[in-house]
Amino acid sequence: MIIAILFYVFAGTAVFSAAMVVFSKNPVNSVLFLILAFFNASGLFILLGAEFLAMLLIIVYVGAVAVLFMFVVMMLDIDYANLRQGVQKYLPIGMLVGGILMAEMILVGGTWSFSEGRNDVLASKTPILSDVDNTNAIGNILYTDYIFLFQLAGLILLVAMIGAIVLTHRTREGVKKQKIHDQVRRQRDDAFEAVDVKSGMGLK
Amino acid sequence: MADMIYNFFYWLFGIEIYHFVAVILSVLLVALPVLLAVAMIVWVDRKVWAAIQIRKGPNVVGPFGLMQSFADGLKVFLKETIVPAGANKFLFLMAPALSLIFGLVGWAVLPFAEGYVVSDLNVGILYLFAASSLAVYGVIIAGWASNSRYAFLGAMRSAAQMVSYEVSIGFIMLTVLMVAGSLNLSEIVLAQKSAGLFGFNGYFLTPLMPMFFIFFISALAETNRAPFDLPEAEEEIVAGFQIEYSSMSMALFYLGEYANIILMCGVMSVLFFGGWLPPFDWAPLYYVPPALWLFFKMFIFFFCFSWVKASVPRFRYDQLMRLGWKVFLPMSLIWVVLTSAYVVFIKHAAG
Repeated sequence: MIIAILFYVFAGTAVFSAAMVVFSKNPVNSVLFLILAFFNASGLFILLGAEFLAMLLIIVYVGAVAVLFMFVVMMLDIDYANLRQGVQKYLPIGMLVGGILMAEMILVGGTWSFSEGRNDVLASKTPILSDVDNTNAIGNILYTDYIFLFQLAGLILLVAMIGAIVLTHRTREGVKKQKIHDQVRRQRDDAFEAVDVKSGMGLK
Repeated sequence: MADMIYNFFYWLFGIEIYHFVAVILSVLLVALPVLLAVAMIVWVDRKVWAAIQIRKGPNVVGPFGLMQSFADGLKVFLKETIVPAGANKFLFLMAPALSLIFGLVGWAVLPFAEGYVVSDLNVGILYLFAASSLAVYGVIIAGWASNSRYAFLGAMRSAAQMVSYEVSIGFIMLTVLMVAGSLNLSEIVLAQKSAGLFGFNGYFLTPLMPMFFIFFISALAETNRAPFDLPEAEEEIVAGFQIEYSSMSMALFYLGEYANIILMCGVMSVLFFGGWLPPFDWAPLYYVPPALWLFFKMFIFFFCFSWVKASVPRFRYDQLMRLGWKVFLPMSLIWVVLTSAYVVFIKHAAG
């Protein structure tokens, strides 16, 4: 019973907060609703018995990605009046794109059916929960059957990261940078000189 | 009547009501002593700084000044909570509560002795990592909701700092769990039995030793302790994200921060020093109650935390980033590679 109640609570809150991400006027509130949606999704994973995925969702999305979103969004200086005008102007195009997407999804959903080998797939490979915890189960399948896809996903992320760095990196002039090894290597003689100054002469 | 309640409860939750009450009690049994420990550990902290600076420290309220934290708590409780005019009121008041909640949730998986843990999760170490990575939200939300430049600067610093050091903390946890072969904290502790040199219980006197030092320093950064207390650096940004807070809302930040610090001390003892096991695998030492060993280790680490605060000057922001990304991250990454090589080629090959 509690499982059913929790499912509707988590699912309902997830859908509600996903809608609020779009409808909030303040972008910071949007990010906070996004975090709420992540939390509820991870609650759904726990109800499914997938505690590993639930924890990863919190660590990766809430703990890292959403923090960076928040970081960026807080820095934005948004003029709300301007934003309103934009809505009027771009509404028809947005409606058109949204309408096409909606129609496509309805078409896909309407013609969707289970594949023929579905029962074979369901019957195979899933280990018994009490024998193998799901960290082991995911590891076993990810690093054997799907190793190439997994590595490929990693490479795509690496390329994206390098791309972002190359696009935004610029060498600035006149920046003082601390060179720790230079500081450590500095000897007494580099900085200090004993001069015998005669009285009344001063330094040249 | 009692039967009806019992049956309704069983129908609703699928567990017996006694079980439910027992869980609630065990949560209270951990959470309340943690809050009490926070009050006492603040006193220890101040006494240690005082001793290092050749002062007396708190010595007026109660014997040895032991009641000082309670006096401070009472004083703070009686003050007025001020919400700045331009602040987002809901988020402004939610931030300190979040900070305390995320400081307390991690305690659920910390094992005090074999079987003495609120929730013996399969993925305990991931849960701890998640809880510690969420602590940043209290700070960020506080900084933004205060609608003040100093608070905002503090929040920005905190976000960047905690995200940077989390990465190396994650890799260090990875090395430990690869050697222990489990994500469950109790099993990690049991795997450490006489794992080190001379029958030392724990991974400290093993090749994982450098990882412990990196973890200790990253824990300082993760909990915003000196020398990484840039988010609240007094000389630069007054009190950082706490600047607009007064009364209990400020006290909650302190409670959360110290609860997190003690938790980090516990995590270090569990990951590297054999948790509740005695320091050495020697039979007479096992007669001491296991929880006492854990508390003893946590206390030693906490002493190191205060010692560092009293003796190390604050890092500059670029130095902080350099240390996190250019020193700790590559080092812990190399250690992950070496450890996995050891686990695959030596440990498993030997059986």
